[in-house]
Amino acid sequence: MAATPIPLEVRNIKKRFGDTEVLKGLSLKAKKGDVITLIGASGSGKSTFLRCMNLLEQPDEGDLVVHGEDIRFKMTKHGREPADWKQVVDMRAKLSMVFQSFNLWAHMTLLENIIEAPIHVLGKSKQDAIAHARELLERVGLAERADYYPAQMSGGQQQRGAIARALAMDPEVMLFDEPTSALDPELVGDVLKVMRDLAKEGRTMIVVTHEMAFARDVSTEVIYLHQGQVEEAGPPDEVLGNPKSERLKQFLAPKH
Amino acid sequence: MESLTTWIEGLLADNTIFTLQTLSYYGEGLTTTVQLVFLSLIIGLVLAVPLAIGRGSKHQWIKMPIFFYCYVFRGTPLLVQLYLIYYGVVFIDGIQDTWLWVILEKPFVPALIAFTLNTAAYTTEIFRGAIKSTARGEIEAARAYGMSWWLMMRRIVLPSAFRRALPAYGNEVIFMLHASAIASVVTIMDLTGAARFVYARFYAPFDAFLFVAAIYLCLTFSILYLFRYLEKRLLAHLKPSGQ
Amino acid sequence: MIDLHGYGPRLFEGAMITIQLGVLSLILSVILGLLTASAKMSRSWLLHRIGTLYTTIIRGVPDLVLMMLLFFGGQIGINQVTDWLYYQFDIDIFINVNEFVAGVLTIGLIFGAYMGETFRGAFMAVDNGQIEAGRAYGMTNWLVFRRIRFPLMMRHALPGLSNNWMVLLKTTALVSVIGLSDMVRVAAEASKATREPFTFMLIVAGIYLLIASVSEWGFARLQKRYDVGFGESN
Repeated sequence: MAATPIPLEVRNIKKRFGDTEVLKGLSLKAKKGDVITLIGASGSGKSTFLRCMNLLEQPDEGDLVVHGEDIRFKMTKHGREPADWKQVVDMRAKLSMVFQSFNLWAHMTLLENIIEAPIHVLGKSKQDAIAHARELLERVGLAERADYYPAQMSGGQQQRGAIARALAMDPEVMLFDEPTSALDPELVGDVLKVMRDLAKEGRTMIVVTHEMAFARDVSTEVIYLHQGQVEEAGPPDEVLGNPKSERLKQFLAPKH
Repeated sequence: MESLTTWIEGLLADNTIFTLQTLSYYGEGLTTTVQLVFLSLIIGLVLAVPLAIGRGSKHQWIKMPIFFYCYVFRGTPLLVQLYLIYYGVVFIDGIQDTWLWVILEKPFVPALIAFTLNTAAYTTEIFRGAIKSTARGEIEAARAYGMSWWLMMRRIVLPSAFRRALPAYGNEVIFMLHASAIASVVTIMDLTGAARFVYARFYAPFDAFLFVAAIYLCLTFSILYLFRYLEKRLLAHLKPSGQ
Repeated sequence: MIDLHGYGPRLFEGAMITIQLGVLSLILSVILGLLTASAKMSRSWLLHRIGTLYTTIIRGVPDLVLMMLLFFGGQIGINQVTDWLYYQFDIDIFINVNEFVAGVLTIGLIFGAYMGETFRGAFMAVDNGQIEAGRAYGMTNWLVFRRIRFPLMMRHALPGLSNNWMVLLKTTALVSVIGLSDMVRVAAEASKATREPFTFMLIVAGIYLLIASVSEWGFARLQKRYDVGFGESN
């Protein structure tokens, strides 16, 4: 057995919404330092897959192992649910998520947003949390925006702030759910730069994105999903440089 | 202080209706009105928070009684509620011989109960709406960051809901101030009670009621400005600033 | 059966008075509200000021105080006018302020202010382009108002209108204080006489809830009608 447990492993995740099966048995293993990119057309299930990893969606089948710990499930009349919500809460604290629409808490300043979960979920002291938050704000280039409310910042600033909020949890794995899709084109670059830096310093990341250049340059593994199934997966050079399936070729073909 | 009273006396020298005596009625009425409104609002607020949370519960046995309570108290006139509680208490057999009668004898307590139950019902609905309109993404973020239900309620949902509820709650405060005028119907000497007394004594409806209307207007505007100030401070985060 | 101690018929009459009072004041308040909204949106400085003064004062003073002022004060005011007519012109008339009329006038006057705000907001929510389209096709101002602006406005006004009506209905209870025998007054008298407040007050509360539920249903149907063409009502 390895000395340090694998940060995140999911096996055979299945999920249905009503009559449609949106995830048909997906697996993924994120070792330390991995940057795994999930690509695919909209409706391919990539966001749902990501949201199953921290149980914002409840998978109907499949296993979740976070830092060597199996998440336990039980069957109820509403379907499968986690057996122990306390375990889920602890697990989520290890996997911090960055959302497409930022989801910063609107009634708190940026600094308050960042220190909220470290203080109240991780039990850090306020002093430490603030010191750490200031460092992170410096890193994402928002040191001057600490006391701004989300509504007073641009989308790009909000998203970089949200990344700082995620980093403040010292997460095992960072989950990115289309972090640049809601941004104006000219603001995408700043956010991607922050993400590239994170990858370079060895963060474990799982990223759902449409940014092919990012996927090619940064990821250790690219997974192409089609209708809830893995169509192709592997190192970016292979998957993006030499696609085998007809669908992936079409997907990668430059749009007019 | 003494110079103030002599000054007022001088002003009122030719006035047969507004003597120091009648002014003191209005003064006492003002105190009673403010006490009644303030107390019922505070207690109503404290009741409304858990009720509003319970109103959104998944469990029918929690949700339905609260819904029913709000429906009845918001759907019927406060005057009917006041009569029900006032007469309901007075006509309980033998109550006049118990120690409770010492407090219940005065109509203040039944009125306070009626007002509190009434404002709690309205406030519950206001908070319910504000809680329901919490942005889904903010709740997801709280869950994704490992917050328990209670922590999320306490730190994310309620603080932002309170701020959003502020304008509607300001209206409720003004509504309660105005509604409290019916306290005079069960012989409480509130502001309106004082006006009715002065009217009956001097048969001067214009003087009696216009004066009290002016006081209510001042109170209304004070509340209005207080809430505008609060909104400015607490809702600043929702306004994009030109940077 | 519940023993009403012979108060049944009077309670029924009281309920009728409540309904009549409510409906008549509603009509008056809608008319006043439309006038107020027009005044507040008018380009005339004076009309705008009058509209604002009216809504501010009415909304700043308790309904009961306004009611007493108009009811008690109104009688004295009218008496002074009739006295003056008698002394000056030897015209002898006597007008007694009837509680019912006074009730309709005061409640209508009070809710005219609230309706004014509702209508103003609704008028401003109407897409100006559609009005211009009406004008462009040669419609007169009145035709534009009747066929385009009003129906479009009503869609926005109905939720507020329905809300105002619910509040108005409950406000009618206040007329019992100035001596009108609506159902609340009958119930209060009956409670005192029979020492059974719960029986009578709960019946009255039930009737209010019934009227409210029926009106809610009616307003929902109206809203459906005015929502035609706007897709799913939201």
